[in-house]
Amino acid sequence: MKAGWEAVIGLEIHAQLATTSKIFSGASTAYGAEPNTQACLVDLGYPGVLPVLNGEVVRMACLFGLAVNATIARRSVFARKNYFYPDLPKGYQISQYELPIVARGELTIHGDDGTDKRIGITRAHLEEDAGKSIHEGLDRYSGIDLNRAGTPLLEIVSEPDLRSAREAVAYMRKIHSIVRYLGISDGNMQEGSFRCDANVSVRPAGQREFGTRAELKNLNSFRFVEKAINYEIERQIELIEDGGAVVQETRLYDADRDETRSMRSKEEANDYRYFPDPDLLPVEIDAAYVESLRAGLPELPDAKCARFVTGYGIKQADAEILTLSRALADYYEAVVGATEAEPQLAANWVIGDLSAALNRDALDITGSRVSARELAGLLDRIADQTISGKIAKDVFDAMWAGEGDADAVIEARGLRQITDSSAIDAIVDRVIAAHPSQVADYRGGKDKLIGFFVGQVMKETGGKANPAQVNDALRRKLAGD
Amino acid sequence: MGQDAESLHGRTLCGLRDGLARREFSSVDLTEALLERISGVGAPLNAFITVTAELALQQARAADRLLASGKAGALTGLPIVHKDLFCTRGVLTTCGSRILDNFVSPYDATVVERLAAAGAVMLGKTNMDEFAMGSSNETSYFGPVRNPWNAALSPGGSSGGSAAAVAARLVPAATGTDTGGSIRQPAALTGTTGIKPTYGRVSRYGMVAFASSLDQAGVITRCAEDAALLLGVMAGFDPRDSTSAEAPVPDYLAGLGKPVKGLRIGIVRQHFDAGLDPAVAGPVRDALAVLEAQGATTVEVDLPNLDLSVPTYYVVAPAEASSNLSRFDGVRYGHRADNPKDLLDLYCRTRGEGFGAEVKRRIMTGTYVLSAGYYDAYYLKAQKVRQLISRDFASAFEQVDVIAGPTAPTPAFALGDKTDDPIQMYLNDIYTIGANLAGLPGMSIPCGFAGGLPVGLHLVGAHFGESTLLNCAQQYQALTDWHRAAPEGYA
Repeated sequence: MKAGWEAVIGLEIHAQLATTSKIFSGASTAYGAEPNTQACLVDLGYPGVLPVLNGEVVRMACLFGLAVNATIARRSVFARKNYFYPDLPKGYQISQYELPIVARGELTIHGDDGTDKRIGITRAHLEEDAGKSIHEGLDRYSGIDLNRAGTPLLEIVSEPDLRSAREAVAYMRKIHSIVRYLGISDGNMQEGSFRCDANVSVRPAGQREFGTRAELKNLNSFRFVEKAINYEIERQIELIEDGGAVVQETRLYDADRDETRSMRSKEEANDYRYFPDPDLLPVEIDAAYVESLRAGLPELPDAKCARFVTGYGIKQADAEILTLSRALADYYEAVVGATEAEPQLAANWVIGDLSAALNRDALDITGSRVSARELAGLLDRIADQTISGKIAKDVFDAMWAGEGDADAVIEARGLRQITDSSAIDAIVDRVIAAHPSQVADYRGGKDKLIGFFVGQVMKETGGKANPAQVNDALRRKLAGD
Repeated sequence: MGQDAESLHGRTLCGLRDGLARREFSSVDLTEALLERISGVGAPLNAFITVTAELALQQARAADRLLASGKAGALTGLPIVHKDLFCTRGVLTTCGSRILDNFVSPYDATVVERLAAAGAVMLGKTNMDEFAMGSSNETSYFGPVRNPWNAALSPGGSSGGSAAAVAARLVPAATGTDTGGSIRQPAALTGTTGIKPTYGRVSRYGMVAFASSLDQAGVITRCAEDAALLLGVMAGFDPRDSTSAEAPVPDYLAGLGKPVKGLRIGIVRQHFDAGLDPAVAGPVRDALAVLEAQGATTVEVDLPNLDLSVPTYYVVAPAEASSNLSRFDGVRYGHRADNPKDLLDLYCRTRGEGFGAEVKRRIMTGTYVLSAGYYDAYYLKAQKVRQLISRDFASAFEQVDVIAGPTAPTPAFALGDKTDDPIQMYLNDIYTIGANLAGLPGMSIPCGFAGGLPVGLHLVGAHFGESTLLNCAQQYQALTDWHRAAPEGYA
């Protein structure tokens, strides 16, 4: 960011809750069905139909509230947000307004200055999603698909505590991780299950008052959040420096052009005429219910990360990566539990070769071709020096390709490491004898040639010789033993 | 005025039930007789939007088979009509509006479903004020209903078609809905018996919403016993309506026949002040005297905020209506403007063409009171006053079992009389609106005549006090003949 300026950012994250049926009807929430096949009369806003709250969404919202140390409202109220749009069948969206189910939470991210930074969560409220307009391929008409109408959303609103696109992304990742740990959202951003709006303003560094903000709509990937916010910060600074003023408006991020565009100004903004929905009773939650949920709360990313650092002695940065998703953390723990190798070695492998292979094949950790137990078996062979770390990479690739477990691959390919010192000595002798001039140079002071000799021994052994032993033997013999 | 006890149309629902049970006639006989009446003598009343003759005969034949096999339910073979606000599967459901003039509902309202499951035969859908917004039935897109007592007069509204159909002996019973008096006021103006139960007593699922926190389904019948029979079938918790009450439904029929001795009747002084037509006050006072003669006592009760009920209602009801009616946008069903040039044009013309003047007035009023900057002064204030009115009733019901008074300030008025003056029209519900705001059950029963036109006695009960109201009404009707009077030409 340009010197002398500070950005102020708040995020509104929409997390689709992982229920099987909709928030106010029994229709399925499954993704990808033929248009309008998963919309019942309630979702279609037929005359006379009434909403009935899906109790599962209340449980999920409470879990989220507990996970971010928020207050769970004893009584929350659904309200109608009134506006006309063809993908909004009733002409109003059922949401929560004055009395949301979750309020005043917080979480911690790594701030831009490298220290832990607390980010406030103003509120989280339940609401129904709208349908989808389809503008392509329908000649002069627009189509409406109401499959998504009535899908449950948890809207999570942060305080304007974020100061850069990087912090915004770190916060969004943290929320993403939490909802997935809790199992309340699949967090699938391609399918729109996790998306956000960003409120962005800038002010001269040191100024206390907020600048005028623009709202960036519907950012559906971490990368877009970062790019859109950065673009918007630059746009606003430039505008002000050129003597202009930011207007309060809603802007849309165009990923193709990497820019934000005005959608509507404050003057054009709807008056949503919120009022309590008379069709739904207030949601009453008693303390015993909250406590029963608290008791069943899973270990959350921060706690797990801390335990990995202290319990396994691995690096903080590695623990953070391993605890990004519960499935990855579970995999890692399964490996550690089944191997004799050091936990840090296991961490290196899970973050390194395993993650690379998953990425290459576009797989999720749950779809890994090498199970945790199999990876543990491979690490055991490194730990007991059956193979070197370098050979292990080849063994891993073979395992990934389906050639069997580590032992089978090592056996079939004859990759067992040579640790017999007499065998190594014999090979070292042969190499020295075959390269008299290099031996002379080495002895003349060209220490670096040791690498050449190691390479020759490895070539002779197909890389199977124990590297430490090879080094030892070479130095000893070249020194004139 | 008189009646032919032997004619099928002259019998009450309970009388018909007994006749069917004794095989004096079949459900098909009954259905045919009433269908003929609806299309004959009843036609000029314009009480129906849709007559489902074929469907009715089909249901009647099925009912006769059940009756023959001894498997009859509570209402098997008994004819009934529904206000056109209730969704009926496969049948036009218009709400009296052009915007739904082509809407065939794909499902049955819970009320319709329960009555059908008990064996009732549906003869058709009755005319009504558009979306139940009106007190004279003149706001219907399908034209006004005429009062059987005098064709130049309004039958009241919004359940005017239901009331007129029952008063004219076209059918023995009809469903209705009551948001501010829409069952009780037309019952009073047509000399029929109407009950609006406690809010939540009957499911609202499938009843097209006007003002969700006030709407309640009920019935219009010829006597309290018939109302008890129907209400027992309609009432009860419905998992599809979150605001429906889980409280058990008492046996309303079994609750009848109890002497009113000791019944404490509250009288509200303001109900008898200058706004009340003296010709109406007389019969109402006489009715109270009848009950007192049976050992009921009258006590004056104070409802200090009652004068605020009409203005409160005309903030809350339009606010909810403005939102409830947003779904009628021409996108998925109902009327749709021809050749819209864009989305805004589609909305504006569809709704402009589809809604009538009164509905538009209320949508605009409701939109205004919910708008940013006005919400606190109107909607929020009205909700607070509503609380006060509820509390007034609650403390009154600590002293009395029912509150009695006139249902409407005047007898039936001429069609066209109040159409240019919405405030005068709104004041017709001045005595009934309080029960809706407080969610209380209310009932209107015939108690005499004023200038040859029926007058209604209004009874309001405590929450879930339907049994008390029905019994009080039945005891009164056991001693009087007002409810048996038929309009000339319809006996």
